Amino acid sequence: MEIYNYMGYELIEKIRSKEITIQEVIQQTYERIEETEELLHSFVYLSKERALKRAKNLDAQLKNGKTTGKVLGLPIGVKDLICIKDSPTTCGSKILEEYRPPYNATVIDYLIEREGAISVGRTNMDEFAMGSSTENSSYGPTYNPWDLERVPGGSSGGSSSCVASGQTPISLGSDTGGSIRCPAAYCGIVGIKPTYGRVSRYGLVSYANSLDQIGPLGRCVYDVALILEIIAGYDPLDSTTVDIGVDEYTKELNRSIEKKTLGIPKEFFGEGLQKDVKEKVKKSINKLEGLGANVVDLSFPHLEYTIPTYYLIAMSEASSNLERYDGLRYGKMSDDLKGDVYEVFSRTRGERFGSEVRRRIILGTYTLSAGYYDMFYIKALKVRTLIKKDFQNAFEQCDAIVCPTMPTTAFKIGELVDDPLQMYLMDVLTCPVNLAGLPGLSIPCDYDNKGLPIGFQIIGNYFDEKTILNIGYQLEQELNIYRKIPPLTIRGN
Amino acid sequence: MSKKEELSKETIEHISKLALLDLTEEEKEKLSKQLGDILNYFKKLDDLDTTNVKPTTHPIDGLKNVFREDIPGESLSNEEATKNAQHKKDGYFKAPRILKE
Repeated sequence: MEIYNYMGYELIEKIRSKEITIQEVIQQTYERIEETEELLHSFVYLSKERALKRAKNLDAQLKNGKTTGKVLGLPIGVKDLICIKDSPTTCGSKILEEYRPPYNATVIDYLIEREGAISVGRTNMDEFAMGSSTENSSYGPTYNPWDLERVPGGSSGGSSSCVASGQTPISLGSDTGGSIRCPAAYCGIVGIKPTYGRVSRYGLVSYANSLDQIGPLGRCVYDVALILEIIAGYDPLDSTTVDIGVDEYTKELNRSIEKKTLGIPKEFFGEGLQKDVKEKVKKSINKLEGLGANVVDLSFPHLEYTIPTYYLIAMSEASSNLERYDGLRYGKMSDDLKGDVYEVFSRTRGERFGSEVRRRIILGTYTLSAGYYDMFYIKALKVRTLIKKDFQNAFEQCDAIVCPTMPTTAFKIGELVDDPLQMYLMDVLTCPVNLAGLPGLSIPCDYDNKGLPIGFQIIGNYFDEKTILNIGYQLEQELNIYRKIPPLTIRGN
Repeated sequence: MSKKEELSKETIEHISKLALLDLTEEEKEKLSKQLGDILNYFKKLDDLDTTNVKPTTHPIDGLKNVFREDIPGESLSNEEATKNAQHKKDGYFKAPRILKE
């Protein structure tokens, strides 16, 4: 069997039992990438030399019994906005071309330096994580492994296509309004957005700080639980991380879900939902009932307000966060240095930011400007309180909320690029979770009539990742579709 | 605030100055329409009475400001801190002219 058929935890076992060397794993990983990358474009940068050198060192340490890493030798893809020391980190943007951070993100210190994973390259993304399709990358789009004419979702599109296609068993992404769960759903893999404050954001390039979280993507729930166990926890370098213990998620997966109560908010199954998405998600809910879970109908009155609320907050925060890019201290400046500092900065930003980023900076600057601040920004923060309250009411009646991840399956490349508002509306079922700061898991539950994967979303209470991973694992075992490898072809329908 | 939000080209130009972000003429026209449509959709929030609702700036309740002891620690060297700059001189970043002549 080729190595790309194995789950991450299986590869780790094989390395530990010396059935395969780490160098062989990394070598074969690059063979798979080289075979498929032209079709997919999952990566913006590959670090083959560095990865092979590290594999050699780790093999030597393993031979001497000197290493105990939990994910020793595991190849991972890292989204292009998580800092790795001296490795290009461009956020899919021309303004950060050639930027090499002088430090590691905390998740990189934990996963790579401490536990022995190996980064094989930087995965493609919508520029500064702004998008739901990865079409906004300055380095060209990524293609969905289930149908090469379709988007992989976004913004962590490269992190999803690389896992779905078996280029790497695991990747890291980030989720501000659905950027892990959307591409996980579109590519038929598992992805989790942890509770806000569960995983350190130190070294994650900010898009909207009050919403951003890093999370893992993998082909099975066990792998994602394993990685989350490693990257979660308090970090003095990120004052928004919360100092409470991290559960051993992998040990909770086998628990029975009997008597667990699942909430089904009717608004999440409303207008605009693709027919077979609705049917297949309901079918999976029936399976969970078959495993002994109870179901309760809920109401979520403010769902229809989540898109304006989310985008007003995200764009306002983004316009402020992205003020730092001027090409002066890092990144690229315009070649034309004529004029004073304002002219050079404005020219640099105009030339080097892509169109979606420019659109969001302009909109965010407008909604934060004098006269509009209360009308738009403060109003959105107030509605955020109401949305959070809807979730708090829901969790008084249930242990987890279940619903579709995305209203539709993957759309075609180019289909929505000229209609930003339609594109924003795709995030309606994922972004409320970020507004409230809750954890959300997406797992593949079935396929639509075109053979495209459908994502099933499980939303948990604050810091209760263990319950949603437990429910996700039980459903995954029942469905047993997670080993399917996509065809990497054009379907033509 | 129920009136239809319109972003004139002049408004877009003003915002572009505030944001230090050059836009092309064609883009200004396009944004003026697109952003007007988006903002009108966002005005849906006006349906809700939020007079007595407190704004949420941070999703997790009970978070407090974090302080640490003021103890000098290791930081980046001058070389590391400036190595990503395109234009530099004698260990400093080289900036475009700031004061008018």
